[in-house]
Amino acid sequence: MKEGLGRSTRIGLSLLGLVLFFGGWEIAVRLGALPAGMVPAPSDLGPAWLAEIRGGFWQQAILDSLHHYCLGLLIGSVLGAGMGILCGMGAVLDNLLEGVVRLLRPVPGLAWVPFAILWFGLNTAGATFVIAISVFWINFYAAHSAVRGVDPELFELSAAFGHGGFWGRLLKVVLPASAPGIMAGLRTGLGQGWMSVVAAELFGVPGIGARMMQASSLLATDVVVVYMLTMALLYAITDFLFGLVRNWVLRWQP
Amino acid sequence: MVARLDKVGFSHDGGKSFVFRDVSLSLRHGEFVAVLGPSGVGKSTLLRVLMGLVRPTEGLVGGRACAVGSGQVEGGRRSRAMVFQDARLMPWRSVMRNVEFGLEGLGLAATARRERALKALQLVGLEGEATRWPRRLSGGQRQRVGVARALTVDPDLLLMDEPFGALDPITRSGLQEELGRIWAQTRKTVLFVTHDIEEALRLATRVVVLAGGPPAHITGEIVLNLPDRSPDSPAFRTYAARLRAMIGGEPDPGGAPYWRSAEI
Repeated sequence: MKEGLGRSTRIGLSLLGLVLFFGGWEIAVRLGALPAGMVPAPSDLGPAWLAEIRGGFWQQAILDSLHHYCLGLLIGSVLGAGMGILCGMGAVLDNLLEGVVRLLRPVPGLAWVPFAILWFGLNTAGATFVIAISVFWINFYAAHSAVRGVDPELFELSAAFGHGGFWGRLLKVVLPASAPGIMAGLRTGLGQGWMSVVAAELFGVPGIGARMMQASSLLATDVVVVYMLTMALLYAITDFLFGLVRNWVLRWQP
Repeated sequence: MVARLDKVGFSHDGGKSFVFRDVSLSLRHGEFVAVLGPSGVGKSTLLRVLMGLVRPTEGLVGGRACAVGSGQVEGGRRSRAMVFQDARLMPWRSVMRNVEFGLEGLGLAATARRERALKALQLVGLEGEATRWPRRLSGGQRQRVGVARALTVDPDLLLMDEPFGALDPITRSGLQEELGRIWAQTRKTVLFVTHDIEEALRLATRVVVLAGGPPAHITGEIVLNLPDRSPDSPAFRTYAARLRAMIGGEPDPGGAPYWRSAEI
């Protein structure tokens, strides 16, 4: 697959791809292949971005969104992974909740927005709720299947050495053994969380999503793209930082 | 009496058909008992009954090592410990922390745990690998860690479930020798499950044969008197022939003089 290509070659190719992408885009707009009113040229983005920063909108939008994101991610991940672990460990709870899970699982995060507004209003709590729900299911299923996949012989080992009770199994076997799966779920949730930020803010809760909505209603497409790229950047940073944590937690893995 | 089984039987279907039945066995302090038998007679299950991991369908389990419900005894010890066939190390724990596993929950300070784990690792010759991950170890090394983990809780009864069965012959032979040395050093009461006649004869002071059936039962028992444990010694071969007969369900040919079997 990727053999034969060195690390620096791969990074170089990836950068070249980006250059080609933006270069082609710029040329297409300049030549009129893409209508300038609908698609901003990449060279317009810098000034638009600086204007947003000078006005203080950019920083404020990031702070607001980070607030929703972190809170929603934390609540959704902890509850989702926690429920997933408990359901994975206990057959009774698992079967009890199976019907409910099947009922609620297909409901997209966006569909909860009316309730978020009704229950919490157009504020941080409402946005957090929408983000938390969309992150919840990813973590629930990741943790559930990770726990289900734990080698049952490890439970026997645990019991043989005096850790056969619920807490012993949870702390000494389930959590460490399912950590790779749970970590994968958290990482997917990290990305899903940023997508939900836009959905959660589209309806007027201040943040990146709301700012994008305002800009698009004014046809300021360059500003929209600035925030799209901002979000991509924020995702890249959070994913990178989480990758460090993951590699440390799972340092026992090959 | 370290442990005792009294007319113990085990059934998967609540008593309609038994895997083994009427198994009575007493383990005295300092004995090395090998339970020998073909696969499928429930040797491992018998071990787990003694370990308290499996409830027997009928019969009684008793003795000092089995009287302690949770397996935890005074002085940071456990009454029983087990070595599994597949080493069964936790891949997320270092070698040292794997050995410490059984000591957790015994109210020991972390330094005391480390000290005892290190001592057990020294006993199996792996003190230099304490900080490594299990995946970096060879099969034989992994099994040694499993032995260290069991020894470190200082059990009254050490249960070993075909611990060397999955190893290559050279490694197996080396570990058998080492186990013999460790046993001579610690004089633990050991119950060792195997289907390998030679292995039983190399290690045990007494061999119990579980065969026949279903339900399987104890078809014979030999207290070994083997000053020379090399497989070529006449006494070794006589014992081997007797054990083979017991496994096959034939009547014990008895203590046939070794020159007779040597002639054949």
